[in-house]
Amino acid sequence: MSSQPQTSTGPRSRNTSEIVRLLLVPLALIISILVGRWSLGVMKDADAPRFLVVGVALLVGVFGIWIAYWLCNELLNLIPSETLRERIRPVIFVGPALALLIIYLVYPTVMTAYYSVLDKNSETFVGLENFKFAFTNRTIQIALRNNLYWIVGVTSFSVVGGLVMAVLFDKVRYEAVAKSMIFLPMIISFVGAGVIWRFMYASNPPGVGLLNAFIGNFDFKPVAWLINKSVNNIALIVIMIWLQTGFCLVILSAALKAIPADIIDAARVDGAGELDIFWRIIIPSLKTTILTVVTTVVIAVLKVFDIVFVMTNGNYETEVIANRMFTEFFRNQNYGLSSALTMILVIAVLPVMIINVRNARRQRG
Amino acid sequence: MRIQRLLSRSFVHFAVIAIAFLWTLPTVGVLVSSFRPENDVKNSGWWNALKHPFEESVWTFKNYADVINANGLGEAFVNTLVVTIPATILPITVAAFAAYAFAWMKFPGRDWLFAMVIGLMVVPLQVALIPILRLYTQTGIAGTFLGLWLAHTGFGLPLAIYLLYNYISQLPGDLIESAKIDGASDFTVFMRIVLPLSTPAIASFAIFQFLWIWNDLLVSLVFLGTNKVLTVKLSELTGSLGNKWHLLTAGAFVSMIVPLAVFFALQRYFVRGLLAGSVKG
Repeated sequence: MSSQPQTSTGPRSRNTSEIVRLLLVPLALIISILVGRWSLGVMKDADAPRFLVVGVALLVGVFGIWIAYWLCNELLNLIPSETLRERIRPVIFVGPALALLIIYLVYPTVMTAYYSVLDKNSETFVGLENFKFAFTNRTIQIALRNNLYWIVGVTSFSVVGGLVMAVLFDKVRYEAVAKSMIFLPMIISFVGAGVIWRFMYASNPPGVGLLNAFIGNFDFKPVAWLINKSVNNIALIVIMIWLQTGFCLVILSAALKAIPADIIDAARVDGAGELDIFWRIIIPSLKTTILTVVTTVVIAVLKVFDIVFVMTNGNYETEVIANRMFTEFFRNQNYGLSSALTMILVIAVLPVMIINVRNARRQRG
Repeated sequence: MRIQRLLSRSFVHFAVIAIAFLWTLPTVGVLVSSFRPENDVKNSGWWNALKHPFEESVWTFKNYADVINANGLGEAFVNTLVVTIPATILPITVAAFAAYAFAWMKFPGRDWLFAMVIGLMVVPLQVALIPILRLYTQTGIAGTFLGLWLAHTGFGLPLAIYLLYNYISQLPGDLIESAKIDGASDFTVFMRIVLPLSTPAIASFAIFQFLWIWNDLLVSLVFLGTNKVLTVKLSELTGSLGNKWHLLTAGAFVSMIVPLAVFFALQRYFVRGLLAGSVKG
């Protein structure tokens, strides 16, 4: 953007700006590299003052990436041949994304598959031993069983609950408020939800936990909800239902509102009852959306980790696959078994996720 | 007939209010307890505080002061900000550049590369934990903020690219073509036209990603060593504080305050992002 009139000095000012650019861009490059190296040092330095680390980290994290893209683009502009420039430019745009995807998703998937057929220290090849162990070990069998309980329990209750709520809430004027109250739990971390429900289930000190106080009204003795093996899995599953129903409600409610009102009105004029409308019109129109919601919830449930980690850490027969995987990896340092468990998780998630992505793309048309 | 309708109307109202009340009850219990003095929390259920809500001795801020200072949640709060803000901006930036290239630039292998990106949405991030931790230990960025940002970026990218591509590819082609004919480079077109027009899609994804990272436990637990974030710290406290409910409840609220603020301020975008992003695994 030169301020000179373009008519006569146009070519020359472009030339000068080319030269300025030729000098400035390498300078900017050198400065960024130096600043980058310095800030990495600060972030790693355990003795650096905290406000400095925080400040540097935020600045680098927020602006660094933009400067990097800008610099690469400017460097590219220094190449004289236009065809070459335009051929390289897409690399700058997609290169970083592809590099990150390869490092963080492609490479680890291959490596995890590889580790899963090696022993606990990833040294010798053991074939399918880890998988065989996983399917015969009692704790892991319990984990697999619990994952199944979770899938059935959470999916059915949160999807049906979300659907019923979507239909009911649609009929009242304070719908927005009611909906917010249901999906508020969704924005809370699983850990936060864990504390909330530990408090609900608390049996110590006596009289503090709401649930035990409630059943106390009917002369039941307090229950150790998280330890008693006949109820603890249900107690954990309830938390996930509490978290996921809001998601189902929001998605299903949006789809419900997309059903043309005249179809429902026409049915009503023809004398259809509310239940007829629900089964004959609402359910069929929501089929694709219900499939999306079901698959999304199933995936979330298959990978459930935080709740179990915080509430029981898998003790008292509440283990799930993702938590076992973490325990084998972090505490037992059995990388072979942990990787095998991860692969079991991948194989379980894969078909559901494929249905989900296909479904989403079909919906988009 | 009239009476029947009135009955079914009141049934609907009763059901809606009862459900909403039940759903909120656990959170309210924690909120109320977090403001009660230690002795009260220990000796009586939180609902008792609501019997005399206007007596001053029933409420206190001390739990919050304790948990933020003595239990280190204040520091964890700052760490969480340092993790979450860049880990939201990085994937959006990288994804936006890539989405633009996939939508509007011509290069060999574009279609199958894009298919690969979509395909990666099916990979659960659990696969990355062991290999990436080993890689980090070898390269020396284990336990740094940078390592965690990049990990979150990598895991968030497939969905981010997918969502932003859906939006950016729908922008009017004439606008982009004519800007290019006027001599604008791809970089200029991207910065001046595509980014500003994509604000709604970016905002929706940003809220989604922000909350996801703020609430993440697993990735931080594995990659962030000593700089503990709120979720990690809080999960430790549930172990070490055991039955000190006055502190745990306050801690839970400290970890929830930012998501709550985001939720109430940007609810509209949040719902939109949820609707667009319901394929996330």
